[in-house]
Amino acid sequence: MTGALAALGVADPLAGPSLDPLTDLHQMLAYHFMVNALRAGTIVAVLAGCIGWFMVLRRQSFVGHTLAVVSFPGAAAAVWLGLSAVGGYFAASIAAALVIALVPRSQAGRALSEESAVIGTVQAFALASGVLFVSLYGGFLDSITGLLFGSFLGVSDGQVTALGVVAVVVVVALAAMARPLHFATVDADVAAARGVPTRLLSIAFLVLLGCTAAEVSQITGALLVFALLVMPAAAAQQLTARPVFGTALTVVLGLLVTWLSLAVAFYSPWPVGFFVSTFGFAVYVAAAVGRQVATRLRSAPRRTPAAPRPGPEGAVGA
Amino acid sequence: MTGVVPAVRVVDAEVRVGGRVIWSHVDLAIEPGRFVAVLGPNGVGKSTLIKAVLGVLPLAAGRVEVFGRPAGEGGRDIGYLPQRRSFDPSLRVRGIDVVRMGSDGDRWGLSLPWGPRRRRREARVAEVVDLVGAGDYADRPIGEVSGGEQQRLLIAQALVRRPRLLLLDEPLDSLDLPNQASVAGLIADISQEFGITVLIVAHDVNPIASALDGVVYVARGGAVSGPPDEVITSETLSALYGTPIEVLRTRDGRLVVVGQPDAAHHHGGAHGQGAR
Repeated sequence: MTGALAALGVADPLAGPSLDPLTDLHQMLAYHFMVNALRAGTIVAVLAGCIGWFMVLRRQSFVGHTLAVVSFPGAAAAVWLGLSAVGGYFAASIAAALVIALVPRSQAGRALSEESAVIGTVQAFALASGVLFVSLYGGFLDSITGLLFGSFLGVSDGQVTALGVVAVVVVVALAAMARPLHFATVDADVAAARGVPTRLLSIAFLVLLGCTAAEVSQITGALLVFALLVMPAAAAQQLTARPVFGTALTVVLGLLVTWLSLAVAFYSPWPVGFFVSTFGFAVYVAAAVGRQVATRLRSAPRRTPAAPRPGPEGAVGA
Repeated sequence: MTGVVPAVRVVDAEVRVGGRVIWSHVDLAIEPGRFVAVLGPNGVGKSTLIKAVLGVLPLAAGRVEVFGRPAGEGGRDIGYLPQRRSFDPSLRVRGIDVVRMGSDGDRWGLSLPWGPRRRRREARVAEVVDLVGAGDYADRPIGEVSGGEQQRLLIAQALVRRPRLLLLDEPLDSLDLPNQASVAGLIADISQEFGITVLIVAHDVNPIASALDGVVYVARGGAVSGPPDEVITSETLSALYGTPIEVLRTRDGRLVVVGQPDAAHHHGGAHGQGAR
């Protein structure tokens, strides 16, 4: 193996990185599986960034996590039945999104506690079923680790295409409904009074979230979807409250985390999901600390007593 | 009434929620440009009246018209401020973005970052932010500004499309007294300057008393409307509630309504309520 690699002019990755970025990049891209991993990672990072920004704003991180966890039994069942794992991911996540969407919300998302109980129940059952399907398949421990904690080995060309097509569809759909969705998220009552179909939007968003969770699961594993779906978005929202800039920043952070993780994982025996989560966590902590420091610095000299507003003085009952 | 089309016209309307009649046989006509308060104890259906005018609540009987058209078809003419609604301190949305939503938040697709429509929107948003005096804090996340400041931003949001009718559901609730006075003054000024009809739900009439052209007093089952001096009297309110009610005027001109029953515990007898 080493001999064949040397003939290709490529060093053996197990020898470790040369720490010269160009040499290392050249070495990584010599492997087709690595090219596909970077393609898939890039697609997933962009998609997760766009959807994740809205998910964090809507406080639906728990739902996002559940849709990802549900994708695990979907993929496991598909593998067991000899079907495509990719199809299993999507079918399970989208079905779960629809089920959660049908849980009646009493008043504009105020039934959150009830909803999270339902979601938690679904999640536990999904994990258990997944473990069952893996046992039925009689597969190796490797396959369950890959499904749960991510694997970037063996992303096929077809899988990259599937990821890309779904990602384009989801991002276009999200762009089409971005403004009303933002309105309904922040100000549901007024949006509804303006004729925004808030209920329909919330169902549509859950379906998009399901597609995204299924995509991200394929790279980070079902349990570490948080890493790409939540962390970059949460970090970006620490840094800015601007919607467009915030979404762009989320995508950039997600891409950096993904590329860096894939590069490090290439030279290491540990699962890529670990690195994605670790780097995502580091970005979030840096953003949160940075914001705290910035707020301190800014508010220290600016804290002046509330100036009288130029508003009209109320001539009340005088 | 003259030949003017009323801003709001309610004819023999009845609303039921969950089979229970909230109020019935309500008649109302509000001329354009008037500043009218909806008053009454908790739980009698003041917000319900606002929602009926907004057209989001089906009537069991009668009809509601806004500028001569059935309620619900006057969407662009109405600025609405629901009961609330304070934003979570951790919500990362700037005040100015909330105002922008009032302009084009219901449009599909992304907004182009250039072009005349964008310029017009930005000019109008800046104008209303200025009008409500929110320029200093419109760029901060809305959850971080005070209740009074949030209320001003929300009024800007309601105004951005130049509505002819403002429906304000307890905009003064949960504000401290100085803020109640200044927000009430702002609403009255806007109503006067732009000739906007205002229908404002209030728990306490005093902060808005000086600006009022009329009141709608809602009781369990029905409502009376008219000029404040005629409606907020011991006789009218006693007749409306079927129980002795006294309206007192303090030396500084404040109104105090004594003996008004709360719908939630109407069998409990007399409650003092009114001026704080």
